[in-house]
Amino acid sequence: MANKQLTIFAVVLSALLPSLPASAGEQITFVSQGGAYQKAQTIAILDPTANKLGITINQDSAPDAWPIMRSQVASGKPTWDVVDTPTGNCIRGGEQGLVEKLDFDKLPNAAAMPPEYRNPYSVAYEFYSSVIGYSQKKYPDPASAPQSWKDFWDVKAYPGRRALRNHPFATLEAALMADGVAPDKLYPLDVERALRKLDEIKPHITVWWTSGAQSAQLLNDGEVDMIMAWNGRISALAKEGAKVAYTYNQGILQSTSLCILKGAPNRATALKFLDQAVDPVHQANLPLQIDYGPANPKAFDTNVIPAARVKELPSAPENASRQALMSYAWWSSAEGEAAEKRWLSFMQK
Amino acid sequence: MLRLPDPSRRHRRREQALMFLLAAPALAVILALVVLPVGWLMGQSFTDGGLTLAHYRRIFGEDIYWRSFAQTFRIAGIVTVLALVLGYPVAYAASQLRRPWNVLILALVVLPFWTSVLVRAYAWLVLLQRTGVVNQALDRLGLVDEPLALIHNELGTIIATVHILLPFMIIPLTATMQNIPTDLLRAGASLGGSPLHLFLRIFLPLSVPGILAGSTLVFVLTLGFYITPELLGGGKVTMVSMLVSRNVELYNQWGAASAVGVVLLVGVLAIFAIVARAIPLDRILGQQ
Repeated sequence: MANKQLTIFAVVLSALLPSLPASAGEQITFVSQGGAYQKAQTIAILDPTANKLGITINQDSAPDAWPIMRSQVASGKPTWDVVDTPTGNCIRGGEQGLVEKLDFDKLPNAAAMPPEYRNPYSVAYEFYSSVIGYSQKKYPDPASAPQSWKDFWDVKAYPGRRALRNHPFATLEAALMADGVAPDKLYPLDVERALRKLDEIKPHITVWWTSGAQSAQLLNDGEVDMIMAWNGRISALAKEGAKVAYTYNQGILQSTSLCILKGAPNRATALKFLDQAVDPVHQANLPLQIDYGPANPKAFDTNVIPAARVKELPSAPENASRQALMSYAWWSSAEGEAAEKRWLSFMQK
Repeated sequence: MLRLPDPSRRHRRREQALMFLLAAPALAVILALVVLPVGWLMGQSFTDGGLTLAHYRRIFGEDIYWRSFAQTFRIAGIVTVLALVLGYPVAYAASQLRRPWNVLILALVVLPFWTSVLVRAYAWLVLLQRTGVVNQALDRLGLVDEPLALIHNELGTIIATVHILLPFMIIPLTATMQNIPTDLLRAGASLGGSPLHLFLRIFLPLSVPGILAGSTLVFVLTLGFYITPELLGGGKVTMVSMLVSRNVELYNQWGAASAVGVVLLVGVLAIFAIVARAIPLDRILGQQ
């Protein structure tokens, strides 16, 4: 009964709103994380793609898409098509049958990206980095500021209060680099060694932060002098005039990726969208709107991004070469999941 | 203390039926919003697709769970004692003073209720951090050389939790104290009792129901705190509620998280059962 009424209501409504493009042409539902980030994408990537392909992109947002991806696929009738989510979710989703395998023959833009920026289930969409940030009040001279994780761990040479993220992602990588492992030789992570190294610094960590906003506040309020934080958080503080800086040296380059839900209603269109989303020009538009780096390195050849801006981006070739690229494949492996489960017992010790 | 004439059995039964009818709407709400969800939660905790005890085996097999439970109960105990020590004098004043002072005190106690827990946690952040008001004042007064670590640890969590839960201590205490007959104190005084003696022998014992009610509320509410330790604990405090969210993230199963909730619930009920045995709670509370 109620369903029938609802249907009638919907029919009447769609008759009253003939301008709704939903009934015309192809469409997809795209999901990202909301906020300023999703707005920036809408301008840089989504609207240009919709125009170019003549499709309608319906948007939804979820700060944590993973549980919803699971429940949508489990219901048998997913409503989402393309999801922008941390790369690990795409890989894990692929392995658990929640995400479609991609046909890279139909994705020329994606197929041209470096192999380490893609996997059978997803392709990288944007980059951010876990970097060393510091207070310029405490370290006015960049030469005297911590420039590597070894420096961060050296409490004698670099006195000051420190904060790390209360999460194993990037933190274990940082510990290994502090212990002398080269940024390109991190994986598979030696978890024992990383935790031993973290034991060393633990008494000197004032705060283990949990949210990005908190990390920014800690540095801004002088609660800590150096911190592992996401580059966008520190650059935002600097833009507001705070005396803070960061280095891309030994940053841990992380990405979100695009993947298509298993059984998504508009798979063919979703695939077309996905390829356009990593188009070099569309990708180059993104850093003009927000402090995230394009995932497609060809974006740097488009001349869309001003040279000064390129220097600030985590995925710019010059910056990327100084950083470690996070291996989501390792973190979603059994070993990686076991490491994640050990984190709390490390924190409680 | 009014004693009604003993009614006939039939009359009493009719009265009970009426009482039950009056309580029925409230009971229905509790059934729908408490009993059913808790039952569902318990059911979930034994499943992960099929029937399993895996979630419980994990809780009793891994150290992190018992460490979190121990920390949570310890913090709840400390918060309860501090809230009692701080709340008792306030409740005493509120119960003994005349209008408008008693109204003013209670208004000030209740006022923070209208501010969200999140906002209050941030307010404490501003007050207690290194460059915060408290540390700056201490520094200007020359009382400290180095700012005190008042936040991003267990201390900060306890301070903010006590502040948030203080009204739950003060209100039941005040209600109990207002009902303590002043005649008793006057009678005691006329017999030559000193004020301290009167307080210790008459007022304090008669306020015990309020102490128990307030302490129970504060203790149980602390056990479920999430935002405050998350924001002010600096990663050094892992309360049970934080384990619940961690388990959802790590295991992607409601069952793994539900089991933590069920163990907490059973633990609390067990404590009450033991306390009720040691102290005749229903008799004391019933006196009111």
